[in-house]
Amino acid sequence: MPVEATHILMFARAVGDPNPVYADAQAAQAGETGGIIAPPTFPQAVAQFDPDYNLRPKPGEPWFGSGKTASGIAGKPPSGGGGLHAEQHFEYHRHLRPGDVLTVEIKPGKTWEKDSKRAGKLTFRERIAEYRDQTGELVITARGVGVTTERPVDQS
Amino acid sequence: MPLQASKLHVGDTHHERVVENLSRTQIVQYAGASGDYNPLHTDDVYTREAAGYPSVFAHGMLTMGLTGKMLTNYVGDGRLTKFGVRFTNQVWPGDTLEVTSTVAALREEGGKHYVDLTLSTTNQDGKEVVSGTATARIDP
Repeated sequence: MPVEATHILMFARAVGDPNPVYADAQAAQAGETGGIIAPPTFPQAVAQFDPDYNLRPKPGEPWFGSGKTASGIAGKPPSGGGGLHAEQHFEYHRHLRPGDVLTVEIKPGKTWEKDSKRAGKLTFRERIAEYRDQTGELVITARGVGVTTERPVDQS
Repeated sequence: MPLQASKLHVGDTHHERVVENLSRTQIVQYAGASGDYNPLHTDDVYTREAAGYPSVFAHGMLTMGLTGKMLTNYVGDGRLTKFGVRFTNQVWPGDTLEVTSTVAALREEGGKHYVDLTLSTTNQDGKEVVSGTATARIDP
């Protein structure tokens, strides 16, 4: 995953954060960080660099979102597509900067189940991601937990 | 301005409103920046008719990103060492979110000072959408 200044700028805009440390190289250089850094949740944008990421439409492949009908593959969302995000944790050994080139190693974690009144049987799956920089140094450790629900979450 | 250990106390709270009347467009903007195009966030027809939800809703990671904006505004740039959340309720278009952080502990380790914070992000109805914790390096 290449960390690029434009991507940091776009990501900071998307989370509504006008902090110049994400957008203005001169202002960032004058501050404590000595240059642009990435916002704390930026490591999640690694999805952009996963060629097989299943939540991005790909040319020539059916997509489960709507087109002529409400779903391009009715009744069959891809694995992970019917899931929700339950938890996310980051540990920052250092903050990311433009020019970093990251290698991400994914390790499966625990799996567990729970019954819920609002969504039926819940299946939780943990995933650990270790982000290393161009020198091999561990820079970010991320732990995510996804949940698959038996039915849509009741809003009442 | 980074936080100073000498001026903080356990139990101190800090608030910031991080989004007002969340737009569907901002959710789409987050999809584009993060790369997560799940139709549950970007495609109202799919989400209502195929998935059975009342409308599209925000990525959990957008809510975490908004919560992170409050944190970095509070503790300073590049100061976070840990940030973790649980997504407790969905965030919908039109929601207004406020983040509250509370000082849980002040610690000194190897000559460096740290603050542990608990975090709660709530919507306009007072319902918690994210609960979390964070640790930041602070000045003496």
